[in-house]
Amino acid sequence: MSNPLVDMQKPEVIFCIGTNMTECHPVAATGLKKAIARGAKLIVADPRRIGLAEMSHLYLPLRVGSDTALLLGMAHVIAREGLIDEAFIEKRTTGFDQFFEHISQWTPEWAETITGVPAKDIETAAMWYGRANKGAIYYTLGITEHICGVENVQSLCNIALMTGNVGREGTGINPMRGQNNIQGAGDSGALPNNYPGFQSVTDPKHQAKFKAEYGREVDLEKGITKVTALELCGETIHAMLIDGENTLLSDPDREHCEHALRSLEHLVVVDIFLTETAELADVVLPATAWGETDGVCANTERRVQRVRAAVPPPGVAKPDWWIICQIAQRLGFKGFDFNEPKPIFNELCRVSPIYAGLDWDRIEKGEYQWPVPHKGHPGTPMLHEEEFVNGRGIFSNVHYRDPAETISDEFPVWLTTGRRLESYHTRTQTGRAEGIDYLLPEESLEVNPADLERWELTDGEWCKMSSARGSINIKVKATNRSPRGTVFASFSFADVPVNLLTGSGYDPVTHTAELKVCPVRLEPL
Amino acid sequence: MTREMEIDGVEVTFSEGETVLEIAERHQKEIPTLCYDPRLEPFGGCRLCIVELEGARNPVAACTTKATPGMVVRTATDTIEAYRKTLLEMVVSENREVDVSPLRGYASSELANLRDKYDIAPTKITGAKSGTNKTDDDNPFILRDYELCISCYRCVRVCAEQEGDHAINVMNRGFHTQITTEFNGLLKDSACTFCGQCIQTCPTGALGDKKALRAANEVTDAIPDKTRTICPYCGVGCSVDILTKGEKIVGIHPAMDGPANQGALCVKGQFAYDFVQHPDRLKTPLIRGADSELHEATWEDALNKAADGFRKVNAEHGRHSVYGIASGRAPSEAAYLMQKFIRVGFGTNYIDNCSRA
Repeated sequence: MSNPLVDMQKPEVIFCIGTNMTECHPVAATGLKKAIARGAKLIVADPRRIGLAEMSHLYLPLRVGSDTALLLGMAHVIAREGLIDEAFIEKRTTGFDQFFEHISQWTPEWAETITGVPAKDIETAAMWYGRANKGAIYYTLGITEHICGVENVQSLCNIALMTGNVGREGTGINPMRGQNNIQGAGDSGALPNNYPGFQSVTDPKHQAKFKAEYGREVDLEKGITKVTALELCGETIHAMLIDGENTLLSDPDREHCEHALRSLEHLVVVDIFLTETAELADVVLPATAWGETDGVCANTERRVQRVRAAVPPPGVAKPDWWIICQIAQRLGFKGFDFNEPKPIFNELCRVSPIYAGLDWDRIEKGEYQWPVPHKGHPGTPMLHEEEFVNGRGIFSNVHYRDPAETISDEFPVWLTTGRRLESYHTRTQTGRAEGIDYLLPEESLEVNPADLERWELTDGEWCKMSSARGSINIKVKATNRSPRGTVFASFSFADVPVNLLTGSGYDPVTHTAELKVCPVRLEPL
Repeated sequence: MTREMEIDGVEVTFSEGETVLEIAERHQKEIPTLCYDPRLEPFGGCRLCIVELEGARNPVAACTTKATPGMVVRTATDTIEAYRKTLLEMVVSENREVDVSPLRGYASSELANLRDKYDIAPTKITGAKSGTNKTDDDNPFILRDYELCISCYRCVRVCAEQEGDHAINVMNRGFHTQITTEFNGLLKDSACTFCGQCIQTCPTGALGDKKALRAANEVTDAIPDKTRTICPYCGVGCSVDILTKGEKIVGIHPAMDGPANQGALCVKGQFAYDFVQHPDRLKTPLIRGADSELHEATWEDALNKAADGFRKVNAEHGRHSVYGIASGRAPSEAAYLMQKFIRVGFGTNYIDNCSRA
């Protein structure tokens, strides 16, 4: 997030797109609810009539995968109505003239033909956001889990830059991270393109720095992403070390994924349960869980916080860091002589410019948000206040692209996927928490009531749902949360493995899977 | 702009908009409250925080009175303390019991603590008890023991102001006031999201954490140990206190001073913690045997086999044949060492985390 969580109570106009925040980030959503109670206007763009849509002042029910078109249409209106922040554009950005020309063709009437959202509603959204002194954007995987995830994010940056809604209280471009330490995993350098602290691996200076630090020269080329690695399993990738990820259920195209992992010569999985992924491993190593592990996590607003052990682990389970050190030591790797987490975190701080002002003791109370470039620095709750990291904000002349697969006679229904309030990811955790079943005992497919007859389905009965990759059986639930022609299911339940069906395509830059769009066919059982 | 006023004979400064209660608490005055939760709008319902205000005919509620320059306030005169004692005697007399398990909720001992501080005798006032329990609500999380309700409305207000859910409200008036959902039904049929904020703000335990009470077998006296940490679910990073008795996790309290959540939690953070001590947890390393099955193994054997496999693949297929996937769930030390393992061990950038799917 460019802005801190406390800022969520402060915008005048809130634009939520591709985020089901009341279910997936409920505590963050309480900030928006307070802003609304104070008089802020809420615009929600989402294919489904989710909780946020119900509380919105303007709801834009766009067709799945059409976000870029909607945002181009909004940019067109903002420019046409003269709602641009000329001083901000002049001082802080580059490429506006070409962008201005580019968007002149993408009218809201054109956007209506792609998105299905009435042009006048697109105009209203653009004018509310464009006129707001404080306009804030919030998004989640509904923006990024598309083949055009990069263009979607660039489109959001475009409208924020045009209107100067960056670098001030109650504004910003704010992605909500979905896992407790997904931010920290990236911060720590577990990325194929970056060393710790987002230092590019293709920069010879960084290569030299880490050679001095680690005693080993690392490739100057980027590594491959997990998606590519899974594709290459059995061809060029022959061994994997997977820590705490149920790849088989969480990733798209499960059959492909299972085949990939089975074709490895050597698979080592570190986890707290014998997950579907761990069952394929040659060696399974039991890790300590939350509540049993001392360490550090970073949240969605870049806040670096301590996690602490309260109880001992079961059996002989050990912390992840200990397990990795033990394997590394047996292979003769240098720099893994750790007996506790504190010096590991301090080493991370030493090699990461964004953590340079932090250490284990300083983060005791969690008051720092990175970057913290030196000791004594107060941290950076808000990014981009004076300037952008790369100097000027860049306008991107994006084009709309269709999803990898679009509906057809064979697969005439849009399936979109996500999470629910009461379950989390593949339910390795919430599925084992007593009482949760009372609220959410099983998965069901959300279908618009008007579509039931058309597809010969019955509310509460099972149906067969097929995509180009496979079929699953799932119970039908009639609800107006789904628009006509679009259905929704979560990927949480192992007995309804929705990710058998997904996996039609990937964003070519980020390799993020298009989990939000999958044409399917529904048949009664 | 700072201004000045006098509390109990001492000149103090304050900022515009501060209430007398906030200023007094900042100066270590112990003013009793029951309907007050610093996260919520002042309510002025319980009248325990009354103070003497020079120039005013009657005592005023400190929580709803904004300070003004030159104000002179006395927080604990004999008269004020006598009023407070009488009020507490009446409140205590309406409840079935006052001593409840601290596991019912974060604030559940507030009334018992005030009863002790003001030395309230149980039999001073006798008569009818107020509140009717909602015994037919079979939800596994929230106990609705309204015989202990004192109509402070903290639950109603936290649900509306803090959560924005407006799931509960008040029916009837006076002695027959009752907290309820629309149509007096079950919580699961209301707008309730089971975030548990109502049980954590309740000052009497009328709303209680059923799951914690089950875990601790209704122990009423022993106060659990607390460990401050961060919720294991989404990326918001809410601060929580894990409640433990011995080696068992018995519940979760939201951390009221948590920088990301200021005391708020959701159903997962509040109630979905017991996966940690579930019998399904992996307790020993496992190695795939010649029979293709996974078998329990010692750390020594498992780590040797793990290392041997990487050594062999590296030797046979080269350093670009090994890949690491770090967790977005484990702490940063694990992710940092995973990337270091790949970069130091193989000199490649063949490392990623689970953020792409």
